[in-house]
Amino acid sequence: MDWKGRDVISIRDFSKEDIEFVLRVAERLENELNEKGSLDYARGKILATLFFEPSTRTRLSFESAMHRLGGSVIGFSSAASTSVKKGESLADTIKTVEQYSDVIVIRHPMEGAARLAAEVADIPVINAGDGSNQHPTQTLLDLYTIKRAFGKIDGLTIGLLGDLKYGRTVHSLAEALAFYDVELYLISPELLRMPKHIVDELREKGVKVHETTDLEGTIPELDVLYVTRIQRERFPDEEEYLKVKGSYRVNCELLKSAKESMKIMHPLPRVDEIHPEVDKSAHALYFRQVFSGVPVRMALLGLTLGVIE
Amino acid sequence: MSELKVTAIKEGTVIDHIPAGKGLKVIEILRLNRVNGGVLLLAANVSSGKLGRKDIVKVEGKFLSEEEVNKIALIAPNATVNIVRDYRVAEKFRVSIPDEIVGILRCPNPNCVSNHEYVRSRFHVEGREPLKLRCHYCERTIEGDEILGNL
Repeated sequence: MDWKGRDVISIRDFSKEDIEFVLRVAERLENELNEKGSLDYARGKILATLFFEPSTRTRLSFESAMHRLGGSVIGFSSAASTSVKKGESLADTIKTVEQYSDVIVIRHPMEGAARLAAEVADIPVINAGDGSNQHPTQTLLDLYTIKRAFGKIDGLTIGLLGDLKYGRTVHSLAEALAFYDVELYLISPELLRMPKHIVDELREKGVKVHETTDLEGTIPELDVLYVTRIQRERFPDEEEYLKVKGSYRVNCELLKSAKESMKIMHPLPRVDEIHPEVDKSAHALYFRQVFSGVPVRMALLGLTLGVIE
Repeated sequence: MSELKVTAIKEGTVIDHIPAGKGLKVIEILRLNRVNGGVLLLAANVSSGKLGRKDIVKVEGKFLSEEEVNKIALIAPNATVNIVRDYRVAEKFRVSIPDEIVGILRCPNPNCVSNHEYVRSRFHVEGREPLKLRCHYCERTIEGDEILGNL
């Protein structure tokens, strides 16, 4: 697969080989980075980060990744400060920004915005989240984190907990995990169940899927518990949110029945779904997961720019 | 009671075996009712051995492409198309669903970019029986009545 100029829009566009390749390159870059401190693969290259919706973590992680590769960054972190406010179309914004940069990272509240941006732009476009649809780089860093922690993905039992209805991270992750020999527990309030079309698809692909509301009873089965925040901002109705707010809280008491090797992940930010006391336990993998964003995004930037092979 | 006769056409296209009540939708999808278009005839609720009742659409002076005609497979999967030349059926084929549906179906997801930006809607056909489409942009899948409701 020729990665130079390739867009990274949806995990659905990836084959298992693609995913494995990115994870291998990320690992190579992480090791190189540890050795040398900084790299210069992308010297002279410019990344444009177009964040039409706020996201400190993802944006900083991309910016850090580009700086670590020796490149530079331009961009904005809210649509309010752009010509979009004047009524400019997304296509025109993209066509303008591509004149200034070599690669574009876009986060947009509308589903499909990154796909549209990629169709318009001649330079590579990387999706940093489009509405409640996809967040492929988060998925890749999640897989990278699991692989680094367990040395494998195949054979693991993974629980996805929380907002499985609106949470794009769990949608993409579940789709990517379908490439592997895993057993999945989908743990959520009834109101926030994983969309049926995704569950059907997982089953069609042979994944053993269990849907449950029972976190306590499921914990002993798991190698990985992937916790998500119940995202108030995605609920069309505040009352619906209040019904499920605070449904699950992971604390040390709950973790007593977990396997010793069980790891907890979270795309962050968290609100109250993981008690801070868990941070110090050997189960907590979420801050390591945050770090994984840098090597994985370095790999994607380097590959799509054609400066890393 | 007098029987309604639909005139035979000399040159053009006859779309037969449309489920009763869907004839107007076929006309709308194929944009056959343009003022400067050819003569258009709709026969509705015609007795049919296969369907009980069916609609038939005849359009004179226009030969629809296979791709154009295949769009109607979304609402009339068993329709047949007759190409008429000099009052005779010169060619006859059944409609089939294309691999991609472009520009005729609105994405039901209100937050899909295709409903906000200047872009033609586009769906990939994921399954034919039952029909299942995936929006090229927001990746949401739609089936059944949701497809018909957004045509």
